[in-house]
Amino acid sequence: MTQTTSNMSASPAGAVDYTTKIPNNVNLASDNRVLKALEQWHPGYIDWWKTMGPEGFQTSDVYLRTAVSIDPKGWAKFDYVKMPEYRWGILLAPEDGERRVNFGAHKGEKAWNEVPGEYRAMLRRLVVIQGDTEPASVEQQRFLGKTAPSLYDMRNLFQINVEEGRHLWAMVYLLHKYFGKDGREEADGLLQRRSGDVDKPRMLGAFNEETPDWLSLFMFTFFTDRDGKMQLESLAQSGFDPMSRTCRFMLTEEAHHMFVGETGVGRTIERTCEAMKAAGIEDPFDLPRIRALGVIDLPTIQKKANLHYSLSLDLFGSEVSTNAANFYNAGLKGRFMETKIEDDHLLTGATYPVLKYIDGQIRTVDEPALTAINMRLRDDYSKDCQGGVSRWNRIIEKAGIKFALTLPNVAFNRAIGEFKSIEASPEGKLLTAEQWMQARDQWLPSKADGDYIASLMQPCWERGKFANWIAAPKIGIDNKGGDFEYVKVHRG
Amino acid sequence: MTLATEATLLKQHLIDPEVCIRCNTCEATCPVGAVTHDANNYVVDPEKCNFCLDCIAPCPTGSIDNWRVVARAKSYSVNEQFGWNELPKQDDLGDDAAAAVQAVEDEVEKLLASAHAGTGGKAVAPLSASKPAINLYRRDKAAAAAVQGNFRITAAGTESDIRHIVLSFGATQFPVLEGQSIGIVPPGVQANGKPHDIRLYSVASARDGEKRNGNNVGLTIKRVQNGVGSNYMCDLKVGDKVQATGPFGATFLMPNDANANVVMICTGTGSAPFRAFTERRRRAAPGAPGKFVLFFGARTPEELPYFGPLQKVPNAILEKHLVFSRISGADKEYVQDRVRKRADDVAALLASAQTHIYICGLKGMENGVEESLADVCRKHGLDWSKLKPDMRAQGRFHVETY
Repeated sequence: MTQTTSNMSASPAGAVDYTTKIPNNVNLASDNRVLKALEQWHPGYIDWWKTMGPEGFQTSDVYLRTAVSIDPKGWAKFDYVKMPEYRWGILLAPEDGERRVNFGAHKGEKAWNEVPGEYRAMLRRLVVIQGDTEPASVEQQRFLGKTAPSLYDMRNLFQINVEEGRHLWAMVYLLHKYFGKDGREEADGLLQRRSGDVDKPRMLGAFNEETPDWLSLFMFTFFTDRDGKMQLESLAQSGFDPMSRTCRFMLTEEAHHMFVGETGVGRTIERTCEAMKAAGIEDPFDLPRIRALGVIDLPTIQKKANLHYSLSLDLFGSEVSTNAANFYNAGLKGRFMETKIEDDHLLTGATYPVLKYIDGQIRTVDEPALTAINMRLRDDYSKDCQGGVSRWNRIIEKAGIKFALTLPNVAFNRAIGEFKSIEASPEGKLLTAEQWMQARDQWLPSKADGDYIASLMQPCWERGKFANWIAAPKIGIDNKGGDFEYVKVHRG
Repeated sequence: MTLATEATLLKQHLIDPEVCIRCNTCEATCPVGAVTHDANNYVVDPEKCNFCLDCIAPCPTGSIDNWRVVARAKSYSVNEQFGWNELPKQDDLGDDAAAAVQAVEDEVEKLLASAHAGTGGKAVAPLSASKPAINLYRRDKAAAAAVQGNFRITAAGTESDIRHIVLSFGATQFPVLEGQSIGIVPPGVQANGKPHDIRLYSVASARDGEKRNGNNVGLTIKRVQNGVGSNYMCDLKVGDKVQATGPFGATFLMPNDANANVVMICTGTGSAPFRAFTERRRRAAPGAPGKFVLFFGARTPEELPYFGPLQKVPNAILEKHLVFSRISGADKEYVQDRVRKRADDVAALLASAQTHIYICGLKGMENGVEESLADVCRKHGLDWSKLKPDMRAQGRFHVETY
């Protein structure tokens, strides 16, 4: 590069331009139309963050990581930041000029850098649905800071929140850049809907549920954010290259959310087992004695898992879906790890086994693989969930307690897809409505369970200390020591 | 590191299966395909890992940052690692193991890896650097030092309480080189009952002592509000005893070559190693042809550590650029602004194969400084993205930030 320029987006690949109001590596400075549109959207976003973001901590100094570039060395810089001053940027994975459409009817064509006219509406829908989940989860989690079981956990929550905010930015960029007037309207809509609002709810069910306590947060980040991971991974396969590049970078951040969920539940389990052992309690179902210790009993943890897993399965949509087939065939949304699957990536003649409700029975039926795309993604998701559940069980096993967590049957507690109109037990046994009503509280958190957990949600903000119901993490964030002050709550 | 130990010992990169969440980030990040997985674990192939450390920062869990020193012939295979449910303990390999790595203790190793991450790849010592002694004292076998002095080196009444603390090792051998660090073990335990983490501090004095042949070291320490280590150190009185470990660090060292140019860029207590470098140059080779250039930033002269003594160092020994960001009436100036202002000089230095660059200070300064170097390069027909890896591989680019 011989040209002298103050425009840093022309600097080595990956570097981020901080000269515009919106940090980015997409050369916004030279794209006046989009820059202006985003700068107009920006105040509304900040306004949304201040009213709907973490309640009561907008002036706290939080030890957050900010991506300053997309290369491995630059995307995790840690420092104290006040959340409204977080640099929400637009960061795309590096462009690979050789990239192709890897599946569907356009397989082998050069990946698109503009939206193909015939797929415009479909793509916009994909972007809007993904985008809508990002601010929704921030809204769902906005009151949790107040009951944080430690400064460490509080920081992790806020990290998730600011990164969901950044993911919203990523989707809004795509809307502004590639979808003209419709895109601008959709971007405004993302700031107008509200999680749980009767009149203007968020688009997907799980994102209108409450996140009443920290165990719910951990379950949500483990189960529901994992749906996000699967969706992002499939969108990262997209033939529309800007979508692919956006989602690939978002995935690196999403991993932190999985981490908070898996270790959060794991630490809750660890503490419960430890307290049971110390008190000489061997029976995991001896609830009165276990709850007297101020920890969350394992059966209740199972109920929470049942709830969040089943709600998250609904996010995958109908098992058999022509929409999903169209997305795939058009090259817009692939399968999980598409390029690592060994087949023709066209799926014209292939079949895939789908669990269905037929003649009063849950049965496996071979369906055309193209229409069973959602089912396949959901299976990959379940496998991914099972890995985490097995690791939780290892903690219980290590403590010598006879109990194992399981994932409930996919027919359990469903509101979307094949099993929405039937009732089934976690083992997959079909039930009458009456049987379900009678047994529901054995399998899903009851009001009493919720009240008990709520009673444990007392803030613990002393450096290096943790609430009694949760164990300390094995290692700190950014390798920080045990008494590191992850959030300076009272400053500023 | 002797060739013999390098050939027989390996510091093997491992992933902690009890902490890892199998998110695939490391595998997606690794540029040489060294990370792989089965249904149980993500593991690092010892035959492929080239220690570029690209995987460390993106890992959301910290599980990626684990190391064991093993006999090269007995490194843990990929298949062996697939079967693990937890990491194996470090085998006791005797004193040889210490020579194979910067520090055997995990906690110190992590601190150093984090401090050097900004180098952007495997850090290499300057070719003409002296060979450092490493890891002579550990947490369970620490060296006792006595406080000889504790002086505030920022003006009284300013917000930054930065101190120059001198520790004497008495009859204990504790050889250090400029640029190395020593560990301090604060007494007492954390809230969770575990002993305090070891704190690393850069040596701010020359290898032959704060006072020549004094068997003592100087440290530059800033008091951090509520900081366990810094308050412990800053409150020390003359005669107090301190437990020290180390020395640590085998790459952030100064070249001995009299022709080497040394460009030092720092803020705050990041000046510690550069005080040591300068003192060494002054004592050992005051008339050497290689240039010593210092870019040193603080908010005000009153808050710049060693401001007074620095004024007395002759320009022939050290070219000084002291820049300030909070002088009323004056524009804010940061070290990167001065680097840009001196672009012609800096470019001439960058173009020379004799030039070594050192950056030391808070993590936050790294990017600004690197961007200024990239700007200087652009302006003078150089390409920082190519120059940096070359300089790093030749032991001429060093970052130590915290």
